Amino acid sequence: MGKVLMKGNEAMALAAIKGGCDAFYGYPITPQNELPEYLSKHMPLQGKVFVQAESEVAAINMVYGAAGAGARVLTSSSSPGIALKQEGISYMAGSELPGVIINVMRGGPGLGGIQPSQADYNQITRGGGNGDYHVLSFAPESLQETVNIVKESFSLADYYRNPVMIAVDGLIGQMMEPVELDQEINEKVSPEKTWAANGESAKRGKINKIVSLSLDPYELEKHNLKLQKKYHEMIANEQRYESILTADAEIIIVAYGTMARIARTAIKSLREEGIKAGMIRPISIWPFPSRAFKNLPTTVKTLLAVEMSLGQMRQDVVLSINGQLPVEFYGRAGGVVPEASEIIDKVKSIIGGHKNEN
Amino acid sequence: MKTKRVYEPTKGLTERALSYCPGCTHGIIHKLVAEVLEEQGLLGETIGVASVGCSVMNYEFFNCDMQQAPHGRAPAVATGIKRVKPDKTVFTYQGDGDLASIGMAEVVHSAHRSENITVIFVNNAIYGMTGGQMAPTTLIGQKTSTSPEGRNQLTTGLPIRVSEMLATIPGATYLERVSVHDPKHVRLAKKAIQKAFDVQTKKQGFSMIEFISTCPVNWGMTPTDSLAWAVDSMIPYYPLGVYKDATKPGDDDA
Ligand SMILES: Cc1ncc(C[n+]2csc(CCOP(=O)(O)OP(=O)(O)O)c2C)c(N)n1
Ligand code: SF4
Repeated sequence: MGKVLMKGNEAMALAAIKGGCDAFYGYPITPQNELPEYLSKHMPLQGKVFVQAESEVAAINMVYGAAGAGARVLTSSSSPGIALKQEGISYMAGSELPGVIINVMRGGPGLGGIQPSQADYNQITRGGGNGDYHVLSFAPESLQETVNIVKESFSLADYYRNPVMIAVDGLIGQMMEPVELDQEINEKVSPEKTWAANGESAKRGKINKIVSLSLDPYELEKHNLKLQKKYHEMIANEQRYESILTADAEIIIVAYGTMARIARTAIKSLREEGIKAGMIRPISIWPFPSRAFKNLPTTVKTLLAVEMSLGQMRQDVVLSINGQLPVEFYGRAGGVVPEASEIIDKVKSIIGGHKNEN
Repeated sequence: MKTKRVYEPTKGLTERALSYCPGCTHGIIHKLVAEVLEEQGLLGETIGVASVGCSVMNYEFFNCDMQQAPHGRAPAVATGIKRVKPDKTVFTYQGDGDLASIGMAEVVHSAHRSENITVIFVNNAIYGMTGGQMAPTTLIGQKTSTSPEGRNQLTTGLPIRVSEMLATIPGATYLERVSVHDPKHVRLAKKAIQKAFDVQTKKQGFSMIEFISTCPVNWGMTPTDSLAWAVDSMIPYYPLGVYKDATKPGDDDA
């Protein structure tokens, strides 16, 4: 197909179709509307399902139903809508159903605003629903990376029998960028869904049930421990990140998504001025890529978490570095996107502080 | 001497003992739904959606594929299933708290979309599972654990008549309210269920059968008094009958 110029939301929609998505259920919310709009046209053309639900609550429960019946299912929304979907996400995690959720994040809390934000970090990585569960979550930086992860996510969800969330911000959703939709990706082999309650008990010779209820606490604990085993497998195998110019770095910026793009620009200028800045860019945000923080060069004096939120990801950086280095913070909130110059100023003030100490 | 088998339990139910209180009519309703699924040859290709209420565990009782839905969301879960499996039979089984309170939006919109599913709606005028709190269907003056002086219209409004309300929706294809308080009505109730699944098999759209049901434990009555109360107090406010039949004439004898 080659490179095409596409809007982020539409490219994600097309990537979902290419990832084998059978059905989409969603509810309108800015800034992700172009995604369902695209699918409302293209899913029926391919004989696939598109339903505009009456609410996000209904949409995620439709996803839960269709996933239980063995389909590859997608929903998309933005922050307040994701909050409403948490009930269904928890049920999906509890009954081990695959499904893909795209979150085009906007500012909060409450109705918040519609400008790009990363303030859903805790909602995504800490779960918003009840129970001990995790959603495998990715926060890509470019449209190309987004499209590849959307395609891959369906097989990841099937492989782990777990919901997968792709978190981008409104900037990635709205921007136009050249993107190649047919890039080779590493897909996990999806096991056959012999567990699906798909109405084929006659053929199968046994009944399948999709359930998260367990009234016996010992049974439920056993189920939870089984889920934990799966989460540990994800922690072992799915930490994804990029290390940029860290080998000689004095300061390492930690940033993801759009924020990482801006940090790249800042790092380039800083390096031109002789300031040795590098970056760790988490691509998976759950599991958080703690591995990236092991064995950092001794040149590193400080980490700087930069976010379009107020210190949510910083907590994971603090946990990962475990007291070995100070973790500074710079962030803007409410939909304000930091400029590279703000990051540069922050880095200089930190480095200046070091010089004064010497 | 030859023996002739005149009755056997339906294959639509598993061997599991039902979890309902003595005198609760949930059990009769289970049996009727199960018999119809078996008789119509649908069991092996059906997906049932259990809701949250006393019937939450009915995925252990119905002998077909089952999925357990969050409180009130069964029609949305059923929609999700039916859209990807349009040739399978999909039904929900919901109480009045589940369907008429927390899940009102889901059932109304499923009817509006004329989702080709069947809703089994069990109206016992109370929240059974959580210990007898007031439901949207609780009668005026009825004492419950959260309306200890009896339901007061001024502060809690009037009981919701779901079948009548859904009958105003163009997408609703078949709606009937039935009761299971005596053998005659049990037979009529079974006919209604047959009709509802028939509507679905013919892909005619949304069907719901509302059952007047008892909750002796939380009503604080004996099973027989409960049946009498259902007849004397519930049915006058919730009259039995067909509230909507939009099946095309001629389709019936296909
Ligand atoms: C989200 C949520 N809210 C509340 C509950 C608690 N709850 C369990 S059953 C129930 C009421 C069920 O009543 P009804 O639907 O009338 O069914 P019945 O038990 O009478 O058959 C409630 C409120 C829950 N499980 N989940
Ligand atoms: S509490 Fe009421 S509705 Fe529930 S099983 Fe007992 S009698 Fe039936």
